[in-house]
Amino acid sequence: MTAETIIQSLASGLLMGLLYGLIAVGLALIFGLMDVVNFAHGEFLMIAMYVTFFLFTFFAIDPLLAAPLAAAALFVLGAVVYLVVVRFAMRAKANVGMVQIFATFGLAIVMRGLAQLFFTADYRSVPQSWLGGKTVSIAGIFLPQPQLFGALVAIAAFGGLYLFINRTDFGRALEATREDPGAVALVGIDKNRVFALGWGLGGALVGLAGAIMASFFYIYPDVGASFALIAYVTVALGGFGSVFGAFAGGIIVGLVEATTALVLPPSLKSVGIYAVYLLVVFIRPRGLFGSM
Amino acid sequence: MLSVHEVTTAYQGLVAISAVSIEVAKGEIVCVAGANGAGKSTLLKSIAGAERPRSGTVTFDGKRLDGMAQHHITATGIAYVPENRRLFPRLSVRDNLRLGSYLYRSEANREEPLDLVFTLFPRLSERLEQRAETLSGGEQQMLAIGRALMTRPRLLMLDEPSQGIMPKLVDEIFQAVNRIRDAGMTVLIVEQRMAECLEIADRAYILQTGRVLMQGPAAEIRGNPDVRKAYLGL
Ligand SMILES: Nc1ncnc2c1ncn2[C@@H]1O[C@H](COP(=O)(O)OP(=O)(O)OP(=O)(O)O)[C@@H](O)[C@H]1O
Ligand SMILES: [Mg+2]
Repeated sequence: MTAETIIQSLASGLLMGLLYGLIAVGLALIFGLMDVVNFAHGEFLMIAMYVTFFLFTFFAIDPLLAAPLAAAALFVLGAVVYLVVVRFAMRAKANVGMVQIFATFGLAIVMRGLAQLFFTADYRSVPQSWLGGKTVSIAGIFLPQPQLFGALVAIAAFGGLYLFINRTDFGRALEATREDPGAVALVGIDKNRVFALGWGLGGALVGLAGAIMASFFYIYPDVGASFALIAYVTVALGGFGSVFGAFAGGIIVGLVEATTALVLPPSLKSVGIYAVYLLVVFIRPRGLFGSM
Repeated sequence: MLSVHEVTTAYQGLVAISAVSIEVAKGEIVCVAGANGAGKSTLLKSIAGAERPRSGTVTFDGKRLDGMAQHHITATGIAYVPENRRLFPRLSVRDNLRLGSYLYRSEANREEPLDLVFTLFPRLSERLEQRAETLSGGEQQMLAIGRALMTRPRLLMLDEPSQGIMPKLVDEIFQAVNRIRDAGMTVLIVEQRMAECLEIADRAYILQTGRVLMQGPAAEIRGNPDVRKAYLGL
């Protein structure tokens, strides 16, 4: 194993890690806002990938341009899921936690089933795109352009999210609602609106990720499952509910995955992530950047 | 200005206030006093929309409030400082105040009440970057009132502002209530410390086990021999 191979795979790991962060951050945002784990998060990703696929197939819109449209579509999906499902699940008189889990878990199964019905179980892909198949070489390291672009979008999205949360009124309302949802009405804020927008925002972020991934992953009804698992690990690593933690957690997961692939056979590539996850959970159960 | 008519509110069948009626006129300070569990907080919650009355009506400047969502009631011009203050503990003093003016879009409207807040409670202006949870009990109460003033209310409702606060600060807070009225607002205040409350109030109601026991001008109630014996310990 040469130094070059190591650097090469760490660089790819970093790019993938940034994308993992982008996939996970919506999950972290929603959990931080209202202590609800969206078990349909992977299915949100799946829908975003199909949206991108169909925009390409029917309108010849490149995944690059489809990204904002997928984000918008997933914003709507997120807000609707909150207003139609989660809002009522939260009103349960007993076992609220369980009710929420089954509500979003059930939603995941329904979404997968509908995807099978309408889109069939076929593996789809976006056969050609502006960046697809192209690489850039930086100091002898080859980076695939779609992944590089994805990493840049992820960084931009995290930067934008940071500014949004810290510099805008709505960001402040989001923070206030996560502190005490029962108190925001005292200043005239409708907590249900904040929750719906929070779900919308979480959806939009995973929508961006899905559009990017559509250009280099197969698209099929169950595609969300494996990425959702990585997203849960990412969020747990970074600290549940911490947006910055999701960013850092994503990078760690990407790097660990790449390192594992260097030393273990490909079929065991998840072993490293899982080991790191267990380690963090045992040593620092609230995650690396969690504050609860 | 505010008219509460025969309001009954219950918690899972347990009636906390029953057929309570009170009136508050513009520019008044009205005190609602009573012992533990008399239903004082429930009365304010029923007006603010934090609890839904089982029957009766609440009218504010001709507008029916009962049944309205709590955040809409805030927007009609009623600011409510609950018993436990409900600050946003990990947000700064500045952000807590800023959130108070969330409903206003123009910067001028948002900044305007700050002058009054800082005049009333200068110590808040020295602690703008501090997290709300790190303030003393008295300062937290000041911040809660400050945040309420930032909504530019016409009616301010305070639930036991003196609770858990050292005597010196209690004076400061009652002083502030007087000046808030002078600034053109109406104040409805709920207290167990009846003596202090009656001193600044124009009129008062005494609640006992969920019903209005007595009502009238504050001076009259203060002079009532039964009140002196039962509530003022004189
Ligand atoms: N959330 C609740 N659930 C059930 N019962 C409640 C609840 N809140 C208040 N009560 C009951 O309603 C009655 C009136 O309570 P309330 O808090 O209005 O009294 P209060 O006059 O404000 O008392 P205090 O001076 O102790 O604050 C009490 O018997 C109380 O136990
Ligand atoms: Mg009370």
